[in-house]
Amino acid sequence: MEFSLQNSIVNFLQQCANGLEIGSFYALIALGYSLVYGVLRLINFAHGDVFMVGAYLGFFISTALLAPEGMSGLSPIATLILAIPLTMIFTSLLGVSLERVAYRPLMRKGAHRLYVVITALMCGLILQNGNVALLGASHSAFPELVPVVVYDVWGVNINNVMLFIVITAVLVFLALHFIVSRTRMGMAMRAVSWDKFALPLMGIPLNKVIVFTFVLGSAVAGLGGFLHGMSYPVLEQDMGASIGWKAFIAAVVGGIGEVRGAFVGAFLLAFVETMVNAFLPSTYSDLFAFSILLLILWHRPTGIFGRPLTAKI
Amino acid sequence: MQRYAINILLCAAALILVGLAHAGKLDGYVLHVITLIGINCIFALSLNLVNGYMGEFSCGHAGFMCVGALTGALLSVALFTDSTLFGTAIFASHWAPFLFPLVLIGAMITAALAGLIVALPSFKTRDDYLAIITIAANLIIISIFNNIDAIGGPRGFLGQQQTINAMSNFIKLPWMLIWTLIGVFICVIVIRRLMTSTYGKGVSAVCQNEVAAEMMGVNTNRVKIMAFMVSSGLAGLAGVLYAHHIDYVNPKSFDLLKSTEGLVMVYLGGMGSITGVLMAAVAFTLLVESLRFIIPMLNNGLHSIGLLPESYHLDQKWAWVFIPLMLILLMRFRPEGFLGNRELTHVFPRLKRWITLK
Repeated sequence: MEFSLQNSIVNFLQQCANGLEIGSFYALIALGYSLVYGVLRLINFAHGDVFMVGAYLGFFISTALLAPEGMSGLSPIATLILAIPLTMIFTSLLGVSLERVAYRPLMRKGAHRLYVVITALMCGLILQNGNVALLGASHSAFPELVPVVVYDVWGVNINNVMLFIVITAVLVFLALHFIVSRTRMGMAMRAVSWDKFALPLMGIPLNKVIVFTFVLGSAVAGLGGFLHGMSYPVLEQDMGASIGWKAFIAAVVGGIGEVRGAFVGAFLLAFVETMVNAFLPSTYSDLFAFSILLLILWHRPTGIFGRPLTAKI
Repeated sequence: MQRYAINILLCAAALILVGLAHAGKLDGYVLHVITLIGINCIFALSLNLVNGYMGEFSCGHAGFMCVGALTGALLSVALFTDSTLFGTAIFASHWAPFLFPLVLIGAMITAALAGLIVALPSFKTRDDYLAIITIAANLIIISIFNNIDAIGGPRGFLGQQQTINAMSNFIKLPWMLIWTLIGVFICVIVIRRLMTSTYGKGVSAVCQNEVAAEMMGVNTNRVKIMAFMVSSGLAGLAGVLYAHHIDYVNPKSFDLLKSTEGLVMVYLGGMGSITGVLMAAVAFTLLVESLRFIIPMLNNGLHSIGLLPESYHLDQKWAWVFIPLMLILLMRFRPEGFLGNRELTHVFPRLKRWITLK
């Protein structure tokens, strides 16, 4: 009895550790969803696919830098240090070009909000299927940049990549929280969500703020994609859809438009999922995770941190 | 008589279509596409009730289609065929043509009940939060059916073909085409009459301003339950027709991509426009199907002028790159869709002389 209790505690802690790792990916995507939503009131459905593109870009950049076939490439650590910023730069370029090409012309025309959402959905489909069409459905394997070291903490297996990912996610969250709540740019971002029409009259460059938001969100998603590749080396094209949708749900449960909400919601969803996976057949994980989220939303209609909008009639 | 010209024309067109199919003049593929267009029309119209008229953003509508498809397929197997799952048939197989509506109605009722998953939270939840609930509902429904092993789970379910065979044995007719045409007709009538009724005006009122509607005495909760249930019930009708037309149901085929197709048809046609959505459903289905021929042609063309390297071939994987691209371009130049929220009779007022809408 004593032994099995200890076993189940260890099992529980192990699941917590796994949940932390998966939650970090969700958080990195959900933060981008939330940032863009907070500024533009736009559900950027292409965001999950930006994450997928980030993983693929990370794969291409790091294999190119490592240069395996006889040529002298960089050492794995140098590759890691170079490839992460490069991936983030490229994904932020992607995010900004999506905004510039697809969303901004529509919004300038004053199209209904939902039409912009549909356009975002279509952009996501293009990214996903374009990737399938160009690269084929073959699964690419991410190169190992950091040798995995497994630590055994009271029977719980934790490896260094996992730690790196969780710490990065927390640091990114703190940085974004700082930017949004303490800097001038963050103040401008909050101002956009407050009143988009009064903003240019106050001398704040609206488009610059929007572009900055997309840069932040997409760079973080690219970072998430890279880290996901490090942890799960097999890349798949539908991972933007599968992980992206869940991250979006996490962002809404936390209260979309709130940086804190995205972070908390992501870890909540990840914990529910890993716990269901641990104690029930894995096919039930979607069922239970989403049912619980549905109940949370039913109980708190604007998410955990979201504030209800007051409407004038 | 003049006022009924278009109504008669449409009925005649439907009869001619059935006649041609019956005489075997239509290619099997053409028949398949026509039936698919009908099913997509029903699906898009049902989504239009929530997304167009009520102004909510439901992006998990395929879930209700899934409920309709699977319960319909199960009912049809249980009622008309001897199977290992349900034992002997409840009705002799020659009853199939007359009692097939039971299957349709059963599927519609179950799908409408499934619509409550979304309808009940919608009392308090709005906008993007409700969008999430619909996505979650879609994923939950798929997950439930994937976990019921008795009906095939992720392998899918078949067996409803025998019902079609039973109908064909009774009288040789293109039954699925007939049921689909009837389905489209019913769907248009239901939505049209609902939206022009006093009770249905409440749906538009909720769309304009929910709080104001409530103050004017509209029971918004009841309106929402009604709209969601009717909408998901009709989606269930599309589902059961789809299940019998393809004669294979897999929960996977009703994932978020299918919901996205529905959204595309609604927003392409214009929110809250029956004729617009019908046009969009026809155009979209034809576009998807025509790409099967256009892509190989494009491939050959690009190869012959040397724009594409010999080793690379354009294949069907590009279809879902071209489709969203075209839609983005269309949205770019005509963001309100084909007709906006107007009907064809509003765009061409002279049509009113030729058509009678009740």
